[in-house]
Amino acid sequence: MTVTEEVSTSEGRTSGSSSRRKPRRLVNGYRWWVPWVFLVPIVVLVLAFLVVPLFSGLFIAFTDWNVVSGIEGIRWIGLANFQELFQDDMFWSSIGRTLFYAGVGTPLTVAVGMLLGLALNQPMPARGLIRAIFFLPALVNTIAAGTVWLSLLHPTSGPVNQALTALGIEDPPTWFVSQDWALPAIVIMSVWISAGYVAILVIAALQDMPPELYEAAEIDGAGVFRQFTTVTFPGLVPILTFLLITSFIGRSQTFGLIQFMTGGGPGDSTTVLSYYMYEAGFHSYRFGYAAAIGVMSMLGVLVLSVGLFRLQRGRGLYT
Amino acid sequence: MSTASVEAAQRAPHPGRSRRRRRARIAYWTRGLIMSLLALLFLAPFLWMLSSALKRNGDIFSVPTQWIPDPLVWDNFIEVWTGERSMLRYFSNSTIVVVATILGQLFVVTLAGYAFGQLKFKGQNVLFIAFLATSMVPAQLLLVPRFMFFSQIGLYDTLMALIVPGLASVFATFLLRQHFAAAPRELGEAARIDGASEWRIFFRVYLPLARPMLAALAILIFDSTWNDYESALIMITDESKYTVPLGLTRFMSDDGTVSLGPALAGSVSSIIPVLIIFLIFQRHFMKSMARAGLR
Repeated sequence: MTVTEEVSTSEGRTSGSSSRRKPRRLVNGYRWWVPWVFLVPIVVLVLAFLVVPLFSGLFIAFTDWNVVSGIEGIRWIGLANFQELFQDDMFWSSIGRTLFYAGVGTPLTVAVGMLLGLALNQPMPARGLIRAIFFLPALVNTIAAGTVWLSLLHPTSGPVNQALTALGIEDPPTWFVSQDWALPAIVIMSVWISAGYVAILVIAALQDMPPELYEAAEIDGAGVFRQFTTVTFPGLVPILTFLLITSFIGRSQTFGLIQFMTGGGPGDSTTVLSYYMYEAGFHSYRFGYAAAIGVMSMLGVLVLSVGLFRLQRGRGLYT
Repeated sequence: MSTASVEAAQRAPHPGRSRRRRRARIAYWTRGLIMSLLALLFLAPFLWMLSSALKRNGDIFSVPTQWIPDPLVWDNFIEVWTGERSMLRYFSNSTIVVVATILGQLFVVTLAGYAFGQLKFKGQNVLFIAFLATSMVPAQLLLVPRFMFFSQIGLYDTLMALIVPGLASVFATFLLRQHFAAAPRELGEAARIDGASEWRIFFRVYLPLARPMLAALAILIFDSTWNDYESALIMITDESKYTVPLGLTRFMSDDGTVSLGPALAGSVSSIIPVLIIFLIFQRHFMKSMARAGLR
């Protein structure tokens, strides 16, 4: 409500103080600063919580700050963090695990979601309900989903391994307690979480597609498969690219899921880069080092998304 | 053509079409069946969560797997809602954060979206593009400085630390800007001639037009804020300020011992509010999610 007062009082003041009123010198019908009044809250918030933290994050990466020493304890150490990072085996191996988690998990989720979306765009009984069920996991918080999957995939007596044993598989994977299976298990879980969301977006994109294209393809004698490769898929390329990029970034940033499910273990088998950064900062209190990891991951994300956008350019139907 | 087929043709004037229609009907039901089975697979974790939350702790990992609790007990729910670590507190903390974030964010982004979309000023496009570019900054890099900043200004370990950073949403501003840009300029011009103040024009003329969009955004904000675990993990240490996802972790590991029953009962409870909103606004929900993705 402060804005109301600001607008009205200051307007009153200006018109009162200048005795000779300028006859309509207002270009758009209002004074030049009016839009800025509307922008004050967002500008302040973006500066305080985005721009300033961004630059201080870049700065901290060149220091050896830890919380205990307080703000006075910040000491400039130049490139030392980065030098250490490049020789840190854990850094490189966690990049590898991130590439597996995000680089395999994302295309897998998008592919499953696309197939679901294509299937759920066809007429079928109870379609709305079925769509809703697939979408449901996207609504669940990380901890609830994690708790369920930890118990579902319990190595000895969880329902999944009981079913696998019943199917004649002698020693089923021990999932979250196995160095080989923990990360794949998290990938499987992440497919469950977001495939339905991808499907909803794909359905929306399919419904946006002009029916004339399909009519034209039919007249040209294109079969179902050719219609898919020449019309449907190219039409989906923009949304699929968008999803690949955003979910890749999202996945390479999350640490909460891993922190709760495995704490980076067993061993280091689920220590992805984002979790390594969380650990460096909030467990080892090496905030400078953590910020350096953050900078490197930002560069990685930047390079990757620019690369993907360039790849996509000109391939889509409507780009 | 034989007489039999001629008769058949007279009974059903388009034999080819009716065959095709029958085939389509079979495909219709087959698809439904296959997709229902797949949906059941996706639903299974939920069914497992609900049924296990209603079991005695020893029955959760019984061999063979119990899908229907026997006996069915409410102990886990009673424990998480009335016990020492009560969901009640987590729920009220989360509610405060969610309501404040919805109101605050809608206020901030509506004003900004209106300025960018409907008003005109120098440097408008440059500022907007710069603003969009901030969405490229990874949340990860902001984590440490935000933590540092909040500890300095004394907001660390308060609910405010969870509310304030969520207020300036680039995405929501973008949607509202598109929305207000599409609204006719004549409405505002007419109101200006009638002598309405700028604030009144915004509030009385343009804001009502954005109501459906604001409702959709409120749902999205609700979903993402209610489910936010990571910010709470970083910013909150005092257990009396735990939000729902953070509180859930307390049931899971209690001095190293795992009490899965209460953890699952808490999980079921944590999903219910989102589920209710989803069921009420299902159409709206999916559409706004879709719009969120498609931009």
